[in-house]
Amino acid sequence: MARLTDANVVVAKEIIARFPRPKSALIPLLHLAQEQDGFLANDAMAHVAELVGVTAAEVYGTATFYEMFKFERVGRYCLNVCTGISCHLMGAWELLEHAEELLGVKAGSTTEDLLFTIEGVECIAACTEAPAVSVNHRYRYRVTPEDMDRLIDDLRHDRLGGEFPAHGVLARVRQRTPDNWAGTGAAAQQAVDAR
Amino acid sequence: MSDATVPPTPPDYTQPGRVPTGPKLITTRFDQPDGYTYDGYVRTGGYTALRKALTEMTPEQVHQEVKTSEMQGRGGAGFPAGTKWGFLPPDVFPRYLVINGDESEPGTYKDRKLMELDPHQLIEGVVIAAYAVRAAQAFLYVRGEMALAQERLAQALNDAYAHNLIGRNILGTDFSVDVVLTWGAGAYIVGEETALIESLEGERGMPRLKPPYFPASKGLYLQPTIVNNVETLSNVPWIVNQSGQAFHDLGAPTSTGMRIFAVSGHVNHPGVFEVPNGITTFRMLFDAPEYCGGVRDGRSVKAFIPGGASAMWFFDEHLDLPLDKPTIDKAGSMLGSGAIVVMDDTTDMVAACWNVVNFFSRESCGKCTPCREGTTWLQRILKRILAGDGRPEDIDLLMDVSESISPGIAWPPRQTTICPLGPSAVSPIASAVRRFRHEFEHYIQHGRAVDGVVTPPIHGVHGGARIHV
Ligand SMILES: Cc1cc2nc3c(=O)[nH]c(=O)nc-3n(C[C@H](O)[C@H](O)[C@H](O)COP(=O)(O)O)c2cc1C
Ligand code: SF4
Ligand code: FES
Repeated sequence: MARLTDANVVVAKEIIARFPRPKSALIPLLHLAQEQDGFLANDAMAHVAELVGVTAAEVYGTATFYEMFKFERVGRYCLNVCTGISCHLMGAWELLEHAEELLGVKAGSTTEDLLFTIEGVECIAACTEAPAVSVNHRYRYRVTPEDMDRLIDDLRHDRLGGEFPAHGVLARVRQRTPDNWAGTGAAAQQAVDAR
Repeated sequence: MSDATVPPTPPDYTQPGRVPTGPKLITTRFDQPDGYTYDGYVRTGGYTALRKALTEMTPEQVHQEVKTSEMQGRGGAGFPAGTKWGFLPPDVFPRYLVINGDESEPGTYKDRKLMELDPHQLIEGVVIAAYAVRAAQAFLYVRGEMALAQERLAQALNDAYAHNLIGRNILGTDFSVDVVLTWGAGAYIVGEETALIESLEGERGMPRLKPPYFPASKGLYLQPTIVNNVETLSNVPWIVNQSGQAFHDLGAPTSTGMRIFAVSGHVNHPGVFEVPNGITTFRMLFDAPEYCGGVRDGRSVKAFIPGGASAMWFFDEHLDLPLDKPTIDKAGSMLGSGAIVVMDDTTDMVAACWNVVNFFSRESCGKCTPCREGTTWLQRILKRILAGDGRPEDIDLLMDVSESISPGIAWPPRQTTICPLGPSAVSPIASAVRRFRHEFEHYIQHGRAVDGVVTPPIHGVHGGARIHV
């Protein structure tokens, strides 16, 4: 729960260098920190601040605007049940209620074993597949209560292998900065900023 | 709308072959298992448009093709892309291209599909557009929650760089541009283009005041910036390959090309369909076996949202309107982000109205008072009505608060706010209260819904569970 690891600092610097101004890398770097620790630790936010050249307070100010960032530990699996209008019409609330009963906690909270955090969330862009659910941002479509029983059981018993990486991990492929990176944006912007 | 010209028997589309069709332009790889890979893309004609644009056309010629196509932006406002590109001040550099992949308007589902299933098509469109507008760099801003889209785009970008399709001296020409993948972290308002730019600068995603911050003149880092939607730019390779005129020949002259609509809610087969723009009607989408195959259980449509949660609702008298921008604007709503949500006759309109209002109240960025306070109040009043604690004056109060957010409660909405989010919360209220006032009154008088509708067990309203405020 600390600063970014050396390996992540390398990744962070590569991300920063792709933007004309370092601060533009702020949100990607916060995701990197959340990927590392599962949530945003204070030390990690301070480290991100150093890397992009702003104060820790500024980083915190930006981070708190965005719902995906967590400031304390959450479950290994964040189970999001969409309650947007299309899902609302197709049984989302019944499904959310069912999930709460299965897990024994209310939406917005985490099970004691730190395995599940359950949330009712806004539209996750799967509206034709309602009711839609995601686990660590990986989707399940047209979920019935029986599907939910099975999903939770499978997650509890770790039967789904790598389908759901730990909370905080988004893309498992990173963009790289190859040799033929043009760098035209940064060069032109830095020339303007120097004036 | 219920004048004598409405035919007594509505057209019947329930048999196959009765609706207009057109070619698929941008959904051709949705069913191709490897359509998202570099090999799968190139094998099916990918990157030919980029080669053509860079080696046979000037930036002006590419721009001209997009102008000729009269393609309207697919992100919500429907502004013609070619015209927007023309707003860049001629001599100010660097300029940027920002791709809006923040898709989060309730009911909207197409950009995520385009990014996951055909990332190279988008990237090809982006590089061509960057060439046409002479952008120094392009930023692909993907909604934070869309992990798979980010993954597929990252891989596609790496592959495209490796094949010299992005970066320095693309395809051996003297055109160079970088495309950076970046992403948000959960905030609907960041889809608004100036808020997206703020977010891209590492700030809280709050909209900027227009004027003066029109992105084309003062956008990212206050440099000229074009913001386009994912679907908009995904169409660009086809336009370059087939010509702007070929695009214009599809659909209606006032809404050209093909367009993706997501139809969700109470239909037999909800889905994402690319249909001839401007000539397909709502009834065709709902009834035709090629599309949704009818309302579920043979029921009837009580209301539908024609263009995302921000839009005014439509009713059965609107079913035969074509999905044509000027037609829908004139009828008092919008096609917005191509999100159609169908509610059948069992729908509790007070609950549905609350759902949409609650969304906007949760997503208000808080920058302006009428939106921040107003949407919260609207949500609270609706919730107490749903909970059986409504007061006789509540319906008037809803309209009063709406009036203070959007004076006149008209369409297109006027606003006392910086961005259109505040007025968006008024759409469901104006729609539901005007049409189904008796359902609100019934709740207020009897503490429950009218007979025959189904009320979902909403949190914080039923059973005393967590309250979303
Ligand atoms: C509250 C709000 C949310 C928006 N969300 C999105 C969005 O998620 N995706 C999008 O492309 N446009 C969205 N827009 C529209 C953008 O501001 C902008 O008009 C659009 O990205 C321009 O692209 P286009 O011209 O290609 O349609 C939103 C607008 C508002 C006011
Ligand atoms: S209208 Fe609402 S969302 Fe838009 S700027 Fe004002 S407070 Fe923010
Ligand atoms: S409303 Fe649930 S995914 Fe869109």
